[in-house]
Amino acid sequence: MSEKDVIRIEGRILDSLPNTMFKVRLDNGLEVLAHISGKMRQNFIKIVPGDKVVVELSPYDLKKGRIVYRKRS
Amino acid sequence: MIKLKNEHDIDEMRYPNAVVGEVLAYIRDYVVDGVTTYDLDRLIEEYLKKRNVFPAFKGYEGFPATSCISLNEMVVHGIPSKKIVVKNGDLVSIDVGTMHNGWYGDGARTFIVGDADPKRKKLVEVTKASFFEGIKQLRVGNKLGDVSHAIQSFVELHGFSVIRDYVGHGIGRNLHEDPQVPNFGKPSTGVPLMNGLTIAIEPMVSMDDWKVEVLKDGWGVVTLDRSPSAHYENTVVLYKDKVEILTMPEGLDV
Repeated sequence: MSEKDVIRIEGRILDSLPNTMFKVRLDNGLEVLAHISGKMRQNFIKIVPGDKVVVELSPYDLKKGRIVYRKRS
Repeated sequence: MIKLKNEHDIDEMRYPNAVVGEVLAYIRDYVVDGVTTYDLDRLIEEYLKKRNVFPAFKGYEGFPATSCISLNEMVVHGIPSKKIVVKNGDLVSIDVGTMHNGWYGDGARTFIVGDADPKRKKLVEVTKASFFEGIKQLRVGNKLGDVSHAIQSFVELHGFSVIRDYVGHGIGRNLHEDPQVPNFGKPSTGVPLMNGLTIAIEPMVSMDDWKVEVLKDGWGVVTLDRSPSAHYENTVVLYKDKVEILTMPEGLDV
């Protein structure tokens, strides 16, 4: 498996946790713990519960993800 | 990058895929002795136009036709031509791709013209059955390698071989997306299967050796030993823990 095997899916923020971690409910029903990508941190993209976001998962651990995009609401 | 689909996306994909199923059911009656593959291609194109979908293969990396029609030893990607005439006993595999509102559909069947010898009939049947063996393994918690392995072991059990050079693919807003779906592999390897995955599974089976070469036209793929081959493809979606074959709408069986 290579880098292109990352899985990208939309979801909704359920909860904001300490250390800028978030609980995200994915569109396929899964719930993952996700952090904000470095690029989003650099650009000060704020995320609050209820936001629609795009999450990337590694095929090796489907319980953790990285938030790579916040959709406009 | 694998893009998982949500309910809305899957609904959008239903139409182009249903048309693929319809056009394959429609064209089956026209695959007879004496017809040229060019005529078949024209019929498919007219049907797609009537149903208001865009032929996805036309112009895809320069492919000149609406459908890929491959006879006998040709595995996939055959360019329809006025010179190629279908004869009795031929294996004609027709691969059609569609696009509607930016969403793609893809499917293929192999038809037998008239009466073929039993071994060729078996080849077509095994190819079709191997697809269904594959989707039995398509469930949340399994990995893509389980699907691939099920196809390979079923095909090889019957003494045929699986083409290695060409594989199935993810499908959605592009005709070909990640992941690649090989028809051979080891169980419990590869990408985990999750809800929202849309893939086109396409077993390509040859009677003897699996080695292939590409013709001078840059498209047609034939087996190196010129043994006959068959191809069967459906777009499937895994959603809400259920598998749905999008190119086989209810009441339509090709």
